[in-house]
Amino acid sequence: MPLRDITLDDIESLAVGAWVLGTGGGGSPYLGLLNMRALYKEGHRVQLMPASELLDDDWVAAVSNMGAPLVGQERLTDSRTIARAVELMERHTGYRFRGIMALEIGGGNSIQPLMAAVHLSRPVIDSDMMGRAYPEAQMTSVAVADLMPCPLTTVDVRGLESVVEKVPTWKWMERVSRKICTEYGSIASTCKAPRTGAEVKKWGIHGTTTKAIAIGHAVREAQRRHEDPIAAILSVEPGKVLYKGKVMDVERRATEGFLRGRTSFDGTDEYRGATLELNFQNEWIVAWLDKKPIAMSPDLICVLDSVSGEAVGTETIRYGQRVTVIALPPPPVFLTPKGLQHVGPRAFGYDIEFKSVFAA
Amino acid sequence: MRRIGIDVGGTNTDAVLIEEGKVVRAVKAPTSEDVTTGILDSLTSLGSTGVLKGADGKPTRIDGVMIGTTHFINAVVQRRHLTRVAALRLGMPASASLPPFCDWPEDLSALVRGGVWMVEGGHEYDGRPFMPLDEAAITKAAQEMKVAGLKAVGISAIFSPLDPGHERRAAELVSAVIPDAAITCSSDLGRIGLLERENAGLLNAALADLARETIAAFEKAIHDSGIAAPLFITQNDGTVAEAGQARRLPVYSFASGATNSMRGAAYLSGLADAMVIDVGGTTTDVGQLKHGFPREANSVVKVGGVRTLFRMPDLLSIGLGGGSHVVLDPLKVGPVSVGYRLLKEGIAFGGTQLTTTDVAVASDVLKLGDKKKVAHLDPATCRKVFSEAARLAEEAIDRMKTEAGDVPLIAVGGGAFLIPAKLAGVSQVIHVEHGDCANAVGAAIAQVSGECDQIFKDLSRGEAISAAQGIANDRAVAAGAARATLTTIESEDMPLAYLPGNSVRVRVRVVGDVAAG
Repeated sequence: MPLRDITLDDIESLAVGAWVLGTGGGGSPYLGLLNMRALYKEGHRVQLMPASELLDDDWVAAVSNMGAPLVGQERLTDSRTIARAVELMERHTGYRFRGIMALEIGGGNSIQPLMAAVHLSRPVIDSDMMGRAYPEAQMTSVAVADLMPCPLTTVDVRGLESVVEKVPTWKWMERVSRKICTEYGSIASTCKAPRTGAEVKKWGIHGTTTKAIAIGHAVREAQRRHEDPIAAILSVEPGKVLYKGKVMDVERRATEGFLRGRTSFDGTDEYRGATLELNFQNEWIVAWLDKKPIAMSPDLICVLDSVSGEAVGTETIRYGQRVTVIALPPPPVFLTPKGLQHVGPRAFGYDIEFKSVFAA
Repeated sequence: MRRIGIDVGGTNTDAVLIEEGKVVRAVKAPTSEDVTTGILDSLTSLGSTGVLKGADGKPTRIDGVMIGTTHFINAVVQRRHLTRVAALRLGMPASASLPPFCDWPEDLSALVRGGVWMVEGGHEYDGRPFMPLDEAAITKAAQEMKVAGLKAVGISAIFSPLDPGHERRAAELVSAVIPDAAITCSSDLGRIGLLERENAGLLNAALADLARETIAAFEKAIHDSGIAAPLFITQNDGTVAEAGQARRLPVYSFASGATNSMRGAAYLSGLADAMVIDVGGTTTDVGQLKHGFPREANSVVKVGGVRTLFRMPDLLSIGLGGGSHVVLDPLKVGPVSVGYRLLKEGIAFGGTQLTTTDVAVASDVLKLGDKKKVAHLDPATCRKVFSEAARLAEEAIDRMKTEAGDVPLIAVGGGAFLIPAKLAGVSQVIHVEHGDCANAVGAAIAQVSGECDQIFKDLSRGEAISAAQGIANDRAVAAGAARATLTTIESEDMPLAYLPGNSVRVRVRVVGDVAAG
């Protein structure tokens, strides 16, 4: 399959779909979308390339913005900054990247590779390393695979640039890069350890940009036709409805740089009388129906506005909202014993055995 | 305590006189194009009942005239009477790819965008300066604004809710070049979220001329009516601002109409916690009262297509009202309405459009117009129309409820006759006397607020918050509030890790009833 042009309508859909795949976190893609609207108005276009087109010895840049979402609302994401993180990596390593991919397809980071792609005239690779959003650096397919965690470049909009040359583990990378990010003002654009075409083909989670566009397109079409947007999502993704209800309580606390807490719901429609509780660490992690765990990471738990079908985030969910909770199947790489070590319920401190919503 | 409350709506201008907590008199007059005439008419009509004069024929004392108006929000929604604005943002090199006005609807931006200047400045999340303020660039920008003939200026800076210093300094520099500039600093308006806060500031600046003219028209109307009382303008949060402050920050009175009718409903019914349904001519607003105040929306609110982060009441509006079109087969009520043309176009008034009011006239719910003209509407048909209206109301109420059980519902507004005595999910439907003027009542009983927003050093978090509360309380009392009625409605604290000595910025807002004069 050759490269194809991504239209502005695709990007509008990507912003909606990536927010769904953000499973409550990842930050709103709105500011990235505004950047892309401006760039497309100037005549720029981005191409999407399937990972299968990569040669084994191609180099691929994986990008993401890291930091506090609060800071991102004041220091608004700028398309040039993420491109500079990639340029710094090219200068540092001497590689020329064939394409640019997302670290995480969930939330605002789904749009970062598109912004870099515009300024660097490279295609976006239709793969990522999470298939959703996750809070920590070791929660990726490449970390599950124990691929090299370094080097990493970080830049800020004022021209600050740093390279993390050597760390032994992904957890060390998380600690060191987090420190740099804090000094920059708790926001940094980063280019992760370069990956070869062979690594991306083997360990990437494929087709996720296309998937996010398809989900967003389904939601937007349903909204336009006044049809059920949840049914529209389930017509393009093999998901399951877990619950319908109204938010009754939200409890948040900021600990160790993460937003943790729980949300409880009171059932509506066929779920009347049943109580759901969702635990989160930036993203929705475990769902308890009447105190029994019914869904957990790495299954994707998505909370959607019952009327608009748009995702509701852990930062913005509020009392009284009417939502539908659905589960989407996880990338297979996280279902292996090693994968579950990285992103299963115990990785988030819940002493329960992983059982998928989609297990027969 | 005697206060006059006035609601300047799109169709009617309502006025009420409240004396020692009781509604003495309520009147309605049509809203006029020039605003002044409508207010003058309503005050004359109020005066003609003799309530504004004592036994000796002399005017009696009025403690205040409180006006609530949808004038400013309508100007934005209808794209009328807006001033061109110069946007000055302090924060370069950050956020450069998303300049001011970048997410405005094009038609509104074409009217308001007078120019954009972005210079270095702003702060970090912890209070450190992000970049030093480029004062020379600000002065140069101001000179360019002056050449372009721009006098309304919106200034925004990165993290200005944390430290408004750069915005204030920039305002001084702009004033030095353009002495009569109307300047809005974003830190006066909003919270974290640069784009939304800046948008609110730009909208406010765009209303500078209209606010000046409107408030002057209000003052003239009061003066011409012979009432010697200070003018207050009601705000989104159910409090009042002195005319001078409302002139400076008109966006704060954007949603005051809806807030007033909910507060009026609470007052007239004596209930502090209930659902409120305000049925007007074209639309019905449903909201929830908590402790006598409307529950607030806590997400992004769009005004005329512009994203903002105001504190606004959380309302659901549906197309149902006293002027709603009725189609009988298949049955459909609203969302189209004849609006203020009801008295011309409704069948009972000799027109040709069947409306909900005609149905009410036919079934003796309302005594208006000519009943003979609607004699063709049989009781079964009327019942069907009423039950469709009730179904629409039930759905809206259910969507806005935050608890599962049945709750009391207060029905106000000119179209409240559409709300029956029994509704699903409602424990009791309460119709109140003067309910059709609930918004003017809400204006008359608006409260006084006091605010403290400053940085405290070398105090624990708890000590800093209570110090701020004390200052805010004193300011509210100085502004006329009764101390015993003060309650805190906002309390926010942000640690400034960068500054020495445990610095914390605390913002507290308290409100209270006006003290008996």
